[in-house]
This record gives sequence, C-alpha cells and structure tokens, in this order.
Amino acid sequence: MPLLYTKNLRREFGGVIAVSDVNFEVMKNSITGLIGPNGAGKTTLFNNITGLDFPTKGNVFFKGEDITELPAYKITRIGIARTFQNIRLFREMTVFENVMIGRHFRGNHPKLSRNRLVNFALGMVNLKMEEKDIYENSIKWLDFFNLLPFRDEYAKNLPYGRQRELEIARALATEPDLLFLDEPAAGMNPQETEELMATIRKIRDLGVTVVLIEHDMKLVMNICDTITVLNYGQKIAEGTPGQIQNNKDVIEAYLGKSDD
Amino acid sequence: MLDFILLIVIYIIIYSISSLGLNLIVGYTGMLSLCQAAFMGIGAYSTAVLMTAGHMDFWLALLSSGAIAALCGILIGIPTLRLRGDYLAIATLGFGEIVKNVILNWDSVTKGPMGINGIPGPSLFGYTFTSMEKLPWLFLLLFFLAATYMLIRVMIRSRVGRALEAIREDEIAASAMGINIAKYKVGVFTTGAFCGGLAGSFFAAYSQSVAPLTFDFMMSIMILCMVVLGGLGNSFATVIGTVLIVIASELPRLLGISHIIPAQMNQILFGFILVFMMIYRPQGIIGRIKLNYGKMMKDEILHMER
Repeated sequence: MPLLYTKNLRREFGGVIAVSDVNFEVMKNSITGLIGPNGAGKTTLFNNITGLDFPTKGNVFFKGEDITELPAYKITRIGIARTFQNIRLFREMTVFENVMIGRHFRGNHPKLSRNRLVNFALGMVNLKMEEKDIYENSIKWLDFFNLLPFRDEYAKNLPYGRQRELEIARALATEPDLLFLDEPAAGMNPQETEELMATIRKIRDLGVTVVLIEHDMKLVMNICDTITVLNYGQKIAEGTPGQIQNNKDVIEAYLGKSDD
Repeated sequence: MLDFILLIVIYIIIYSISSLGLNLIVGYTGMLSLCQAAFMGIGAYSTAVLMTAGHMDFWLALLSSGAIAALCGILIGIPTLRLRGDYLAIATLGFGEIVKNVILNWDSVTKGPMGINGIPGPSLFGYTFTSMEKLPWLFLLLFFLAATYMLIRVMIRSRVGRALEAIREDEIAASAMGINIAKYKVGVFTTGAFCGGLAGSFFAAYSQSVAPLTFDFMMSIMILCMVVLGGLGNSFATVIGTVLIVIASELPRLLGISHIIPAQMNQILFGFILVFMMIYRPQGIIGRIKLNYGKMMKDEILHMER
C-alpha cells in the first residue's frame, strides 16, 4: 500500500478546475516527481494534501488514514513536512531559530511523560530539558546542510541557495516521514542543482520519502523513482523516468501536437 | 517635588505592566491592537466595583480584574482570529469604543460619567497603602512589574516565544511547522489583556477613583507609542519607551510650565512620535534583541571535542 495517496481529488476555484479527480500515489521510501507545464495544478495538489487548502471533492490518505480535513499544523504533526515555491522563511529570525521552530510541537523531551499534565507539573525542569532537546536537534540538521557557520545570521541575509537549504532543514527538523519539496531547484545554478540532487538522495537514505515538484528535467529524470505528470489539472501519465520520457501525451503536453 | 517624581515613577510602572502586555500582542506576534486602554479600563472598573459595591479584598479583586480582562481578551481574540493588519486594528478600535461606552452608560454598576470614588487602598500584613505614602506603593508595584517582566521573559525565550515570532514572520509557514496559530493568537491576546487588567486594577487602587473617559482611544495610542518608541518585540525596550513617554507627557508639569503648554499637546506629541519613528526608525530606539543561540554552542562543541 502506498504511504500516501489521493482518491479522486478535485479542487475547483469558481469555474476553474485546478485539480481534476487526481489519483496520486507515493510509495514509501521513494522519490516521487510531480511535473507538468505551468498552471497544471501541481502546487494546488500539494496545498490540498498539506492542509493549506482543502479539496472540493475527494480524499487524501496517509498511512491508511483519511487526512483530508486536517488543518496544516496537524498534517505536519502526523509527519508530513513541506517547503514552498516562493521561499517562506522566518526572515527576521536567525538561521538557528528557524530550525528550532521545526521542533516546536515535538517540544516535550522524549524522556518525559506523554501526559501533558505531568509535563506541566514538571514545570521549569521540563522547559530546560525541552530547550536542550530542541537545541541538539537543531544542531543536527544545521550540520546536515553545512549551515552551522551561518547559524546566528538572520535568515533574510543568507544567499538564495542557502535559503532554499534552510527551508529544507527547517522542514526536516519536524522529523517527517514524508517531505514535499515545491520547486527546490528554482533559481539555482547547475552546480547548486547538482549538490541539491545529492542532498535529496541523502534525505531519502535517512528514511524520509520525498515528493518534489520540479521543472528542471535533468534533476527529475536523474533522481526520481516514479514520476507523475499533470496537465490542466488532470493526471496524464505516471511511471518511471524512462517511461515518462517516451510517453506521447507527455511530449505533447510539453511541446504541443505535431501537425502531420 | 520628590513626591511628584515618585508619582511619575508609579505611573511609569503601572503603564509598563500594560505596555509589556501590548508588546506581546503587537511586538512579538505582530497583531496591531488598539484596545489596550480598554483592557485597562475593564481591569480598573472591575476593581472599583468589586471593592466598593462588592467589598472584596484588593488582592482578590486584583486577580479577578485580571481574569475579567483576560476573558474579554478571549472574547475579542476569537472573532478577530482571521483578521490581519489594518482590519484587526479597526476591529480592536471598535472594541475599545464599545468598552468605553458600556462604562459610560451602565449607570447602575459604573455610576456612568460620575465615575467611582472612595476605592479603599490595598492592605498587606496590616499595612494599608494610600496614595499619600508613595514609597510603599512604589515597591509593591515594582515587585509586580518585575514578576510580569520575568514571566514574559521566560515565555519568550521558550518555544512559545519562538512560535509567536514565527506567526509574526509568516503565518502560513508557521502552520506548516506544526504551530496551532489560532491557539497562540487567542492565547497572546488573553495574556496581553490580563496584563492590561492588572495595570488597570493598580491604576484604580492607587488613584482610589476611576473615571470613564480616562480609558479612551488616546490612552491606547499612548500605550502603543510606548511599545513602538522602545522597540517592537523587546520587553526591555518597551519599559524604556514607557519611561520616555510618561516623562514626556508630564514634562510641562514637571518643569512648572503647564500653563504655557497645555495637556492637549501630548496628543500632538504622540502623533508626532508615531510618524517620526515609523519613517526613521521603525524598529524603535533599541530594536529587537537577536538571540544568538549559536554562541552558546561554541563551548558545547569544544566541550565535546575534549
């Protein structure tokens, strides 16, 4: 069974059908690509899965449970993290604080009780342990992305590529099982893209399933295990990179129909 | 003269408790609220009514006033959850006017425009505080200010404070980090209102009287000025801002030239401060404190390597 799947997911904005009855599947421990021309409904699909927007019809299932109605913060808490197409960092907070936020809801130290009342009673002790836990976890993810030298910079002062990395680090700090990346390579030069590919593989090797929207075909074809193609809100193809490259509908969607 | 300076210091402390609360709402969470005076009014009138008509002990009245103001914070917080920026400001402005008019017209309880006089002073260990003896009041208030300050500091330097700042920076990203935005927004409004209520309660108990028109829109603006002048999202700066504003507004009286510069000049002054600060130094005199979490780390890493 897939880790996440949507069932006839449909999102209409007034008369416009942004996502039309899409069945989208993500297998555990895979890297899944979601591609399609601009306006195909990729980000809308992301938003509907991650609770920032809600489908008109259809359902989303994660680990076998229906999560269609859950708001964004609950989606994150059950293990789905995401980044944004236009970077959404906490700009006036330091790099360190950005990553610390990622561990916000896992604040309670694992050694302490799950019971909130007990934790509340432990009061200040808990607070100190909690901070230590958040702190150590943040160091781990900053180190993973080699962001430690920038740790006390304001997020807004980082170079563009670093900001993208920080956004991924922040998402990973929530310790997700499933990570959605919305155009992670946008605005990166070829060398940065190359590094990003290695990073995404490393993330998968940590046991995190990755789904990404991307326009950089080299990246998509290189690292994705399966690819889903959307066009005008509809799923037009699904398969391995090899299958997608030779798919007639896909070529048509991207290049147009030939006259003869 | 010394008495007058003590009076100013007492006002500074009372206003500080209130402006620290507003700083939580405006400075840390980024929600523009224009009804802090209303929360103070609710606190002041709660204390006045509970102590005169209800014959309640001051300390109980103090807590009740805070609680009533906090409740009103929830009442205004929930319906305005989805409002942002200007719209939230307008809604809180409306709330402030409602509170003022309720106080002014609810004759049976608030005695309308007459206000309430003869509020007894609080007593502690057999000693009764009166506005005649200012020094004991000063220490009492200083204790509460310190407590408020420390509680806010602990809160801000934990994940709660970071969550508030994240909400200010980007609500969508904050919710994608697993932060329950609604809970924190209502929570911060409630806390801010509680602080306002406490300040109002002290205001009433110290002056031993309350008048309805004290807690008007101008007072909200004055408290906002304190927060903006010192620096949004910085408790220490807020206290500094409060000191400056209170001194500035009492300066004509302090210098004995109040007959030349009328009290109405204050309103011009506050307006000028707001405009000037927004243009030339939007972060306030001191600005935000940058918490360098990484600095602490250096030692830790060295420690590990050893």
